[in-house]
Amino acid sequence: MSILVNKDTRVITQGITGATGLFHALGAREYGTQMVGGVTPGKGGTTIEGFPVFDTVLEAVRETGATASVIYVPPPYAADAIMEAVDAGIELVCCITEGIPVLDMVKVKQFMQGKNTRLIGPNCPGVITPGQCKIGIMPGYIHKPGKVGVVSRSGTLTYEAVWQLTSLGIGQSTCVGIGGDPVNGTSHTDVLRMFEADPDTEAVIMNGEIGGSAEEEAARFVRDHMSKPVAGFIAGATAPPGKRMGHAGAIVSGGKGTAAEKIAVLKECGISVAESPAEMAQALLRIYQPSDLKVAAA
Amino acid sequence: MNIHEYQAKEILRKYGVSVPDGHVAYNSAIARDWAKRLGDGPWVVKAQIHAGGRGKGGGVKLARTPDEVRNIAREMIGMTLITHQTGPEGKLVKRVLIEKGCNIARELYISLVVDRNTSKVTIMASTEGGMDIEEVAERSPEKILREAIDPLIGLAPSQCRKLAFKLGLQGKQVGQAVTLLQGLYQAFIGSDCSQLEINPLVVTGEGELMALDAKFNFDDNALFRHRLIRDMRDYDEEDPNEIEASQYELSYISLEGNIGCLVNGAGLAMATMDIIKHCGGEPANFLDVGGGATIERVTEAFKLILSDHKVKGILVNIFGGIMKCDVIATGVIEAAKQVGLKVPLVVRLEGTNVEKGKQMLAESGLNIVAADSMADGAEKIVRAVSDLG
Repeated sequence: MSILVNKDTRVITQGITGATGLFHALGAREYGTQMVGGVTPGKGGTTIEGFPVFDTVLEAVRETGATASVIYVPPPYAADAIMEAVDAGIELVCCITEGIPVLDMVKVKQFMQGKNTRLIGPNCPGVITPGQCKIGIMPGYIHKPGKVGVVSRSGTLTYEAVWQLTSLGIGQSTCVGIGGDPVNGTSHTDVLRMFEADPDTEAVIMNGEIGGSAEEEAARFVRDHMSKPVAGFIAGATAPPGKRMGHAGAIVSGGKGTAAEKIAVLKECGISVAESPAEMAQALLRIYQPSDLKVAAA
Repeated sequence: MNIHEYQAKEILRKYGVSVPDGHVAYNSAIARDWAKRLGDGPWVVKAQIHAGGRGKGGGVKLARTPDEVRNIAREMIGMTLITHQTGPEGKLVKRVLIEKGCNIARELYISLVVDRNTSKVTIMASTEGGMDIEEVAERSPEKILREAIDPLIGLAPSQCRKLAFKLGLQGKQVGQAVTLLQGLYQAFIGSDCSQLEINPLVVTGEGELMALDAKFNFDDNALFRHRLIRDMRDYDEEDPNEIEASQYELSYISLEGNIGCLVNGAGLAMATMDIIKHCGGEPANFLDVGGGATIERVTEAFKLILSDHKVKGILVNIFGGIMKCDVIATGVIEAAKQVGLKVPLVVRLEGTNVEKGKQMLAESGLNIVAADSMADGAEKIVRAVSDLG
């Protein structure tokens, strides 16, 4: 098993005729993901690189049996694209788009109340269950099937953690990038809850960054509800206060949301914290012996 | 993006929020004319810079006559104002706001923010006006009142009344508060703010409610749909390198150290700064070239780093997802040739098209040190820079 996506997940791409959408749809198909089509309003009925294109998400779902959607629509239209997917009853929506206005996301969150769709992102790399299903922009080859779950706000920092694991021969169950925006669909805590319930995940690496208090909340969840070992890293210890560090959410304001504060809470809650971003896998190995390495040693 | 106080008050007027009569002036003679046109004194002359704490630094003064307005404006325009938010170098005052003075009976605090925990716009109010809200939150958090706003319904009059009564407002002030708070919410939504702060909101001696100061922060992601607000941007208030960067859609923040960084992804960019520090160096900047960077953008990013004279070495740290390593390599080679690379350069590449990128760098004939990992890259650049002395 795994969380969120597996070999049976059927994925459509919203914004498939754009350069970015098509590039990553092809990459995902090559990786082995069931990429079953795409949506671009006005281009319904055509095909592109073998993908059937539909005018609406609802049509695409009816025709292809899609269970997940990935969004590469430009920022001014992305919130609407998410709501269209939710309306069509898609189970999982990954919104890769960066730069969606925060107040658009406030509306989306309210719209999603009581609906059955899970949103990952926006402003995220997507989700991958290695060897089974890749939805998003992460390079596939750095992953390896295995038992460690990875969750992070940042895309490239997720890759960094994954690459450190893979280089040591440790595989991953599922890797989730939840995105760097202040208002997003899925939190660290949501993903940790899923990893705890997943029989194929043995341990977790959780990466966070400055700003807000989602990491602290997640750490308290680890302390109170998780039996599996968790390691973590918090980026931004050297960030000056009051400056937005690229991600809209990454800002230390009024002395709150600093890396030092977050690291202290993580440690108090029993999380093994990496002192430097190069030691994320090492931090996990301090508290967890991977079953795939035991097999290799035997 | 931030704006000046006088611009903030122009926006508030448009949304029916009561503010003192006033006008901006760029020189002292005009300041005097405006004082006379605004009617009877006294007047307040306020230096317009993008930083708080102006009063303590001598940037807010009371004048009894139009001539006094002129004299104060003459002193202020051209002075360098230092406050706790400007840093020790201060900021040059180029314009002042002339405003009619008012009698202050009470000072209150109001702000609106997007609350990350509830994913809703939240209005915060306190009777401790004129004070730093972080201080109030620290010392007496029970004095901060909060109302979360349903985005589909908006700020309900009943929520406004609840706040008004808790703030101790009475009689016709309650109705005024409803109008004022709803105006603030409309201003927040209508201009895509990330934060809107009124500190203080005053009750005047005559019993009227009025926003005496106003601070807006806008969501940069939404500026595309607000031309009038984009036009309010004051480039003099921003770091020239950061302006240059924003023109190429690069996310750049200058720091105090001497090791320049070029990274893709905000999280990895922060982590790269952290690891440089961890290895004993000091980062000169935060720079995220973004996921969809072109060769031109990478070239500009590289030039930007090299234009900072503090930079004694550069670390490029790329983990390509959207970003392809060969694009980064082309940009680095292009820029290094254009500007003439004179400082040590360490490059760590991983991800999409990594072999092609590494090969291009190796064959470029440039003096580039390849790194195998993030830690290797950080150690190599810190050593190279410290070897320079």
